[in-house]
Amino acid sequence: MAAQATALPLSGPLRALAGSVLVKRIAFYLVAGWAAITLNFLLPRLMPGDPASAILLKMTELGPVSPQREAVVHRLFGGANSGPLWDQYVSYLGGLFRGDFGLSIAFYPTPVTDVVSSGFWWTVVLVGTATVISFVIGTVLGAIAGWRPGRRFDSIASPLSIFVHSVPYFWIALILAFVFAFQWGWLPLAGGAGRNVEPGFTAEFIGSALEHAILPAATIVLTSISGWLIHMRNMTASVINEDYVLLAWAKGLHTARVVSGYAARNAILPSISGFAVSIGMVVGGSLLTELVFNYPGLGSLLNQAILNLDYPLMQGLFLVISLTVLVINFIADSIYVLLDPRTREVS
Amino acid sequence: MRLRRKLRRPRNRKVAVGLVILVALVVIAIVGPVLVSALLGQSAERLHAGGPLEPPSGRHWLGTTTAGEDVLAQLVTGTRTSLLVGLTGGAISTTLAVLLGVISGYSTGKAGALLTAFVNIFLVIPGLPLLIIIASYTQGRGGWIMVALIIGLTSWPGGARVKRAQTLSLRNRDFVQAARYAGESKVRIVLLEVAPHLAPLIASTFLFAVVGSIAAEAGLNFIGAGNPNTVSWGTMLFWAQSQGALLSGAWWWFAPPGLCIALIGTAAGLINFGVDELSDPRLRARGQKTSRKAGRATAAIAEAS
Repeated sequence: MAAQATALPLSGPLRALAGSVLVKRIAFYLVAGWAAITLNFLLPRLMPGDPASAILLKMTELGPVSPQREAVVHRLFGGANSGPLWDQYVSYLGGLFRGDFGLSIAFYPTPVTDVVSSGFWWTVVLVGTATVISFVIGTVLGAIAGWRPGRRFDSIASPLSIFVHSVPYFWIALILAFVFAFQWGWLPLAGGAGRNVEPGFTAEFIGSALEHAILPAATIVLTSISGWLIHMRNMTASVINEDYVLLAWAKGLHTARVVSGYAARNAILPSISGFAVSIGMVVGGSLLTELVFNYPGLGSLLNQAILNLDYPLMQGLFLVISLTVLVINFIADSIYVLLDPRTREVS
Repeated sequence: MRLRRKLRRPRNRKVAVGLVILVALVVIAIVGPVLVSALLGQSAERLHAGGPLEPPSGRHWLGTTTAGEDVLAQLVTGTRTSLLVGLTGGAISTTLAVLLGVISGYSTGKAGALLTAFVNIFLVIPGLPLLIIIASYTQGRGGWIMVALIIGLTSWPGGARVKRAQTLSLRNRDFVQAARYAGESKVRIVLLEVAPHLAPLIASTFLFAVVGSIAAEAGLNFIGAGNPNTVSWGTMLFWAQSQGALLSGAWWWFAPPGLCIALIGTAAGLINFGVDELSDPRLRARGQKTSRKAGRATAAIAEAS
């Protein structure tokens, strides 16, 4: 951010303001991160029943439990014989900073951190790539639809978006899997890569992983594209009547230049500021999509955790997912500050 | 009077189609389960009507599941649960969104800033994972009411943001200022001056909150965090997935519930045209300019999502 800020032609006081906006955003996301961590702490303690003893019971079924491990469970989930709430909170935070989330039950006795990190990159690469693709395609199509509202392309694309927008992600996933993988057998039905392909930076592994990622990625792109399209269409439709677009026409600029440099450039701003709400929905939807394709990411792990009542793994997954979404939001926010000078002036 | 005439004969064909879909689904939800158990002579919760995984036929219009349950009968029975969860969850979510949005938008000072920060924080914490983790702690206790309650409690931030933005812009309008200078109380201003201008926005938020709650219920059940013993569109999809409907090619099992969810979402989108028309006289005067209306309806969807 600092390096990019110096690249912009800003005067001294303005640069200081840009810094203060950034500081505010950082503070906000730190508070939001703290809220997510604290929710994670409070939820099992507020719930009826006693998750801690349920976990300990499961663990003793799977093998002997050392007193040390028992203490970890009580630190994470509370329970009858743990101390006052404040002390629990302090030791819970301490455990988080040491990266100790206890042992997973579904994958006993693997530590939760290992299980989560095994799925983390699968999901990040899949959702990240799919989101970028759908954002680009949706925004371009939305700009085309909004450029001539009411014309043929708009009258087909906009109602279709309403329909696609209300279809659940995982249902599209089921239909795609059924048609392309089951009926026609074009693409693999399940998994993240071929069974007998050694993971690593080899052409074979990457090719196999790509092939397995096509259907899940297509699902995310298909369902999330409509949101970007609708957003961009409405903004473009209102922006094309602005004076500065008229000025661009009056200058005799080429249509492509007017669209990209004048209309779309302004219309895209709300799409980026609305990113926060959208990305949460995309992440939630893709967790369910993974389940359909048995994709080895966080969604399938979450499903395993739920089916095995594996609360430690669930807690770890919730934390990792929320904190990752917060980081992505922060990046989107920073880009917005770079794109829109007005946010730097008004604090 | 004017309102009643509008409701009786919607001018817009899209609105009429949306209303017909919605009314049909509500009727199915009310009489469906009774009809099913009367026709089959079985409890609507446990329907064993034929052999396992029969494709659609004259006897079973939508085929059967691996346990031999009639898919159509399940779909009809599930409509009631799904709509109940949708309406209850949508009502809770909308109430919270209006309360938090209006109060945080209208009140100035520390309390307002604190509430705004609260709304913004929940806006960036992803809703579905939160919903799933809370639901799995309850382990299906409390039935559909619990599910609806959890959905309502976790899905309000998007709606609250829209209300807050609208309240912020209304707060400085002349008529609100006038009421303030006339010495009206805060509560009175919010209820009588601000709230009426939020009504169409609240209506469209509620509509999409209902659809969102139905989809959330389906997602929750699909990942296994619901109660698989109730019959709803979500649990149908859960059983279809866990019993390997995909690998047996049983499209008649997993296609209908998702289609129903998409149908109700589309109906909500279409009805939203009408809400806009009723609330904005300028749109009514223009009448046939459908492209304008399409723009407004899609705008509402973008806001609701």
